[in-house]
Amino acid sequence: MAFFSGVVDRLLGRQQPIPRDLSFKDERSFVAQKHACPSCHTHLEAAELEQSLYVCPQCRHHFRINPTERIRTLADAGSFQEFSQEIHSVNAIGFPGYEAKLSEAKAATGQGEAVTNGFASIDGRKVVVSIMNFKFMGGSMGSVAGEKLTRAILTGLEKDLPVILFTTSGGMRMQEGIFSLMQMAKASAAIAQLELARVPLFVVLTDPTYGGVTASFAMLGDVILAEPGASIGFAGPRVIESTIRQKLPEGFQKSEFLVEKGFVDAIVPRNELRKTLAFLIDTHSNP
Amino acid sequence: MDQNEIQKKIQELRSLANKSNVDIQSDLKRLQEKLSDGRLSPQELWKKILLARNSDRPTTLEIIQHITENFIELHGDRAYGDDAALVGGIGLLEGRPVTFLGHQKGRNMKENIRRNYGWAHPEGYRKALRLAKQAEKFGRPLITFIDTAGAYPGLASEERGIGEAIARNLRDFAMLKVPVLCFIIGEGGSGGAIGIGVGNEVYMLENSFYSVISPEGCASILLRDPNKASDAAAQLKLLPSDLMSFGIIDGIVPEPDGGAHADHALTAANIKTQILESLKRLEQKTGEQLVRERMTKFLSMGRFVEEGGTKQNFFQRLFSLNRRA
Repeated sequence: MAFFSGVVDRLLGRQQPIPRDLSFKDERSFVAQKHACPSCHTHLEAAELEQSLYVCPQCRHHFRINPTERIRTLADAGSFQEFSQEIHSVNAIGFPGYEAKLSEAKAATGQGEAVTNGFASIDGRKVVVSIMNFKFMGGSMGSVAGEKLTRAILTGLEKDLPVILFTTSGGMRMQEGIFSLMQMAKASAAIAQLELARVPLFVVLTDPTYGGVTASFAMLGDVILAEPGASIGFAGPRVIESTIRQKLPEGFQKSEFLVEKGFVDAIVPRNELRKTLAFLIDTHSNP
Repeated sequence: MDQNEIQKKIQELRSLANKSNVDIQSDLKRLQEKLSDGRLSPQELWKKILLARNSDRPTTLEIIQHITENFIELHGDRAYGDDAALVGGIGLLEGRPVTFLGHQKGRNMKENIRRNYGWAHPEGYRKALRLAKQAEKFGRPLITFIDTAGAYPGLASEERGIGEAIARNLRDFAMLKVPVLCFIIGEGGSGGAIGIGVGNEVYMLENSFYSVISPEGCASILLRDPNKASDAAAQLKLLPSDLMSFGIIDGIVPEPDGGAHADHALTAANIKTQILESLKRLEQKTGEQLVRERMTKFLSMGRFVEEGGTKQNFFQRLFSLNRRA
């Protein structure tokens, strides 16, 4: 499930090491160091980027952002109120080295897990948000991420508030074995509850969203939005290339491809997201 | 006691607790601790993985033929096509109509090409959901047989939305108002497996495995060496005894000496015994009860620590909500 980039040739016994795609990890430090957009190479300063909602003013490249930045760019100032931050991961199957990985991720992100939950207001409309963080172990989903997403969804049900999920993930967290696989069914069962009670669920797919996240809650929104140019799929492109033994077409698994194939409702640029979500919230009220 | 005996005891305790309201938590915990002792060496464990993948094991259609009096296969998702890697239909089991679903591997190269080695495409999962809803409409129990390395990771699969197909199954299987029983009969490969794996009760054959990723995949990604698949298999804790001790599955179906391939009829008979026992229990329940129990089962899966520990209260509060629907 967790098809991270750069692993698949090895997986299929093709031994050439794959060069790490540095643009993933270092897009933001690229800007800080080179004073340019990694996508179009136009002059760009970090402060300018922050002003433009972390979108390149020139080429509209959408940079990956963390939950704190997401809230800052989306919610009404001061409206965010975090919940369920008291849940922490354990090494449920005794996987070697997992505790160390967790500590590293916590230190690197300053966050407790790959999912952040909270109440927020969007142009005065109260909602529940659950936001994934790709920087926390590739946004991988284990028991805590599953529990947090489930609680966000069920809190929306309990309080009768629209639920908005922001996805970004490499897939399920292998270090938690079967427990992580079960989180797909868990979050989806929670969404089934929303379905029965007709509480709206909006999903915003951001770059990248893969594996078991795509094969569960990411595809279950009443409305599914995507940020421009985001990579979204079940299997990673390298896995697919080695399965079908041919090059994938240009733009494969990009947001635009998913719209064309009928799996995403609309692509919404970051500067229009607040307005769009507000409109969707207003049009999904349940009398 | 050997592992099988312990597993049997756990099963006995579980069914006892289901019938009467006895508190068995302490007994269960003790047994499960025993079970997690006595680990296999990586070599022994790898033999089990190979056994689970043995191409002579009974397949979904063979098991159905063995346990039903009459069976008709139903084809197609009514949208794109028919997927020979995931089959389904209606059979008579001791006189009662039952809907069956399952991954279908081939026995030889030619059949495997037609069956895509049991790697299903989106249309397979959509057919599964169509037949599951048909079962619900006509009040038939649903029984699924899981045996796949995974959902097919190809171009066509992505274009037709394999993620969406599995996701929808996970959500909609949770809401089915009929008994749903799942059996992992060989390989329980990740999303492709759980795509037909949301049941009231989930069982594994003695020589099967169920995992978030293949041992080979895990070895490549986390251990950075595809040759360490047997080590990865040990670390992933993917055997029936592991999943039993985690409380993820409800029981283990014994296989004949040597493995399921040694005696298809006996393997099928053991599965049938378990189906009949489970159905006796589940058919007593209303549709609402079945949905609630299935949801609660999956909503409570996961291991984590919580400061203050309000998990139980949270779900209790939730299930006492008045629904508007």
